[in-house]
Amino acid sequence: MERKLTCIICPRGCSLTVAGETDSLTVTGHACPRGETYAINECTNPVRTITSIVRVENREDTMVSVKTAQPVPKDKIFEIMGMIRSTAVAAPVKIGDVIIDNIYGTQVIATKNID
Amino acid sequence: MINHDIVIVGGGPAGMAAAVAAYDNGVTDVVILDRDDDLGGILRQCIHNGFGLHKLGQELTGPEYAAVYKAKVEERGITVYKNTMVLDVSQDKVVTATNRDGIMQIQAKAVVLAMGCRERSRGALNTPGTRPAGVFSAGTAQKLINCEGYMVGKKVVILGSGDIGLIMARRMSLEGAKVEAVCEIMPYSGGLTRNIVQCLEDFYIPLYLSTTVAEIHGKKRLEGVTIAQVDENRNVIEETKRYIECDTLLLSVGLIPENELTAQAGIDMDRITSGAIVDENCQTLAEGVFACGNVLHVHDLVDYVSDEAERAGKGAAEYVTKGTNNSEYVNVSAAGGVRYVLPQHIHTQPKEAVSLFMRVGKPYGKVRFTAKCGDTVLASAIRLKAAPGEMEKLVIKTDKFSHITGDITVTLEEM
Repeated sequence: MERKLTCIICPRGCSLTVAGETDSLTVTGHACPRGETYAINECTNPVRTITSIVRVENREDTMVSVKTAQPVPKDKIFEIMGMIRSTAVAAPVKIGDVIIDNIYGTQVIATKNID
Repeated sequence: MINHDIVIVGGGPAGMAAAVAAYDNGVTDVVILDRDDDLGGILRQCIHNGFGLHKLGQELTGPEYAAVYKAKVEERGITVYKNTMVLDVSQDKVVTATNRDGIMQIQAKAVVLAMGCRERSRGALNTPGTRPAGVFSAGTAQKLINCEGYMVGKKVVILGSGDIGLIMARRMSLEGAKVEAVCEIMPYSGGLTRNIVQCLEDFYIPLYLSTTVAEIHGKKRLEGVTIAQVDENRNVIEETKRYIECDTLLLSVGLIPENELTAQAGIDMDRITSGAIVDENCQTLAEGVFACGNVLHVHDLVDYVSDEAERAGKGAAEYVTKGTNNSEYVNVSAAGGVRYVLPQHIHTQPKEAVSLFMRVGKPYGKVRFTAKCGDTVLASAIRLKAAPGEMEKLVIKTDKFSHITGDITVTLEEM
């Protein structure tokens, strides 16, 4: 089986070709090792980093931006978004603060400082 | 009138990087003026990731990238006037600004223009129809959702497939909206391929090329849009018209450098980039006035904005400490498939290697970019593909400087 992919790791967007079976995939077209990892992941366990926002309950009209510290399984995106949407935090918040812990092996962390 | 060595207009990524570079190159009396209540500019609302891979070697979100530069500004004790709107910049380098305390005038030795860009609006498109609520520029919707927590709609059509449109298609989907279509009037997308994959394909959002919004319907709130294919002259093909019900239309139809101050100062502009004409240090034709970032030309990556702003900041510092480079200028122009090249002119004796930045007019396969002076090749590079959305770069190395004897032309040839 052969599959054509566009690498999404960096803006270069290499055109990748993945050939072979699940346990012996070969990747061509990548300019760096991260492309190879991406292509194999994409064919076995596709993952994405989610970025969103969480309400800051003690500041008027203020949201803090958040992300998953590591990419999470693509088919869990909407489930994780539901958890993010039902979360609120209290300021002050610092970049890197854990907003939700233990979520598919990673955490949701803050990406903005709120004094 | 107060005095400062270098005044930076705008505290987004360009302004912050220029201020830091000016400081690090020996001018400590640097001030930044910004109209918003915090540094960071448009990065504050760009909560998605993908920033900093080139410049910082890590993948950051917009607010994180801004925080890196804000920390650098604060470490150096650079003064920032927030909530301050610059009203005028003169060629004598007098900067007039206003804030809650009233009006102020600063006599600078050098000025760096870093005002960024703004979005083209519905008014610029002349789309027929009614004028209901629910029509937003993509960046406005981005700010409402990401900074204020206000969801703008439930059923969405997006016009324009530039990166902001694609990013917003994903963002709206994540927040539970249904994105019915992304329409692009050109036969190709203006966005990065990676964004088509991760913002549209991941969410099964259709991208319709050579397609536009032909009519807007609705009384109070948007009720739907008529989309239609266009011919090669971008005229609507009547029989392809179809109606899509939606309550929200996002426009991602181009960015315009915000150059009112530049024009008001009478500084010469480039018709194609809509920014100032500059040399290799980002100096405009007004001596001591520099321009960088999206106010100079619209960039695809913030990493390149920071690089350019560092050149401008360094150039401004050198202008203040050492005065101007007195060698002659030669023109740099684009030809063939190259739509524009920056800088538009360079000194015959530059101080260090000169980078030329260019964009192509349409998508190409494998091409070679060449910068030539007469018959002498100053720099050349091969790319497997070239697209209007992706800025290309050629570097003229120091050992070629002796060949800069006349005007330089940048061309591309298909391979």
